Amino acid sequence: MKSERTSDSAFRTLLVLGGIAVSVLLIAIFFSLLLSSRPALVANGFRFLTGSEWDPVTDSFHSLPFVVGTLLTSLIALVIATVFSLALAVLMGEYFRSGPFASVMRTAVELLAGIPSVVYGFIGLFFFVPAVRVLQEAVGAPPYGVGIFTSALLLAFMILPYSASIGREMIGLVPGDLKEAALSLGATPSETIWKVTLPYARSGILGGVLLSLGRALGETMAVTMVIGNSNSLTFNVLSPGNTMASLIANEFSEASSNVYLASLIEIALLLFIISTLINIAGKIVVNRMAG
Amino acid sequence: MKFSRFAVAAMILCAATSVLGFSQSIELVGAGATFPAPFYTKLFDEYNKQFGVKVNYQAIGSGGGQTQLKNKTVDFGASDVVVTEEAAKSFPMPFLSIPMIAGATVITYNLPGSPELKLTPDIVADIFLGKIKRWNDGRIAALNASVTLPNIAITVVHRSDGSGTTAVFSDYLAKVSDEWKSKVGVGQSLNWPAGVGGKGNPGVAGLVKQLPGAAGYVELIYALQNNMAYATLKNKSGSFVKPSLASTSAAAMVTIPDDVTKVNLTDTEAPDGYPISTFTWILVYREQNYDNRPKAKVDGMMKLLWWITHDGQRYAEPLSYAKLPKAVVDKAEVIMRSVTFGGAPVLK
Repeated sequence: MKSERTSDSAFRTLLVLGGIAVSVLLIAIFFSLLLSSRPALVANGFRFLTGSEWDPVTDSFHSLPFVVGTLLTSLIALVIATVFSLALAVLMGEYFRSGPFASVMRTAVELLAGIPSVVYGFIGLFFFVPAVRVLQEAVGAPPYGVGIFTSALLLAFMILPYSASIGREMIGLVPGDLKEAALSLGATPSETIWKVTLPYARSGILGGVLLSLGRALGETMAVTMVIGNSNSLTFNVLSPGNTMASLIANEFSEASSNVYLASLIEIALLLFIISTLINIAGKIVVNRMAG
Repeated sequence: MKFSRFAVAAMILCAATSVLGFSQSIELVGAGATFPAPFYTKLFDEYNKQFGVKVNYQAIGSGGGQTQLKNKTVDFGASDVVVTEEAAKSFPMPFLSIPMIAGATVITYNLPGSPELKLTPDIVADIFLGKIKRWNDGRIAALNASVTLPNIAITVVHRSDGSGTTAVFSDYLAKVSDEWKSKVGVGQSLNWPAGVGGKGNPGVAGLVKQLPGAAGYVELIYALQNNMAYATLKNKSGSFVKPSLASTSAAAMVTIPDDVTKVNLTDTEAPDGYPISTFTWILVYREQNYDNRPKAKVDGMMKLLWWITHDGQRYAEPLSYAKLPKAVVDKAEVIMRSVTFGGAPVLK
């Protein structure tokens, strides 16, 4: 009896320590970013958030083009991905829950998540870029091929598996008697899905969508290969742009002056804060929906 | 249980031997410019075959090479531009810049039929400033009457990472265009007025190859190996010079100043010289006895650098880089002989 208790409490202590370590790590990351970006915080001030020029020659750094680029690519990718992942989640959660076709689909969706970023980048460069170029020529825009829309499209495929898999699980968890009750009251299967199943699984599905958004915000390699790396502020999705992660990946190893390096770290800090805020906001929405 | 203990013991043994340096071969680490990377890759491979010394070179860009040398994570850095005096102050110890070879930065473009175009400096500046927007612009057409220029937009492609190639190109543009000098300036990373960015010389070459109507700047070998068309430029003396091995060597035929690091080949005075040529440099600390560096490694590195500037030059021409002129080799020898280990010169 005694040895059981000590091993139990030892196990519990280990778990608690692990939890504390993770929280400490997060806070440590925040503070190390803050400290390393201090020269830039001092030199750039508040204009950093509102200005749109990124000029390493005159040491004039501002973050707006990259914040806009990150938010535009992530949000467009989210909209596209959510439509498809919802459809997949319903298909795999309701209609094809078991059987060979179901397992093929499930594996295919999960494999999408396993493809390395840089491979996605190549796929984007060789397939998406020419396709978007055709679209741009059709609407009369300059036919870059690379740009915000292209990277949003690519991101959508990359984040699809997360919300699709989680959505499928959540829909599978909807109690059978709820659905049967709806059907017995005369609802058609599709009405049951829209009015009973989805509302019940709403908060879980949204949690999966939030996970996808997190991935999209931080994706670096694939985005930097198809976004065009143009540091000017633009809201035009068919034009090239840049995201915070892509900017850091491109310029970090070469940043020569102190303010330059610190400004890149300030961008990293900004990305960290924005991701955290979006996550918190998302959790509040999820909790409110569950209640 | 037994197997895992054996595995742990084996791992400790391997770690110990590598730490104690039982391996006899010297390994050097260098990092820097993508501009000379094809040359260095070939060279280090040949050197390894002949002398058994392995050199690991990472092409992360000139700025990266300078930073890594500053942080002492590499034995030598490679840079297309000489570090400015201001930037040199942030290095922990004095360092030397040794010229290795010369290369040309060409304007490459993607047009149907890959025609050979003639361009003047002001046209090049205006293209990269975003002022000339279409290929069939009157100024380009006037110089290239024999070519039917399509009415497609010019997509500028520049570097997204900091780059010595960019520094050389912007140095040239600042010399030939006052507007460029005041609006954009010179540097390894710039606030480009137009266009999309690619990572490294290969990234720019890849984007130009993919986008119809694109125009970018790359080292000559990248355009040649990808079968891309590149422009013939008008140089300071007024002749139209095609970038090549010969015209790069010709550009280097100028009076070499006593401090060879002050030499600047862009917009060269040489009558047959290609105007966007540059030497590329390897940077090492003057005093090599730091951080417990083994003398054998320092000897090996200086032998390597000596070899590159002498025997190794014959690998330059097959890759379309220009050999160093004799005057520059002489100066390079003086610089290399001033590298010391504990105060004594390394090379005898």
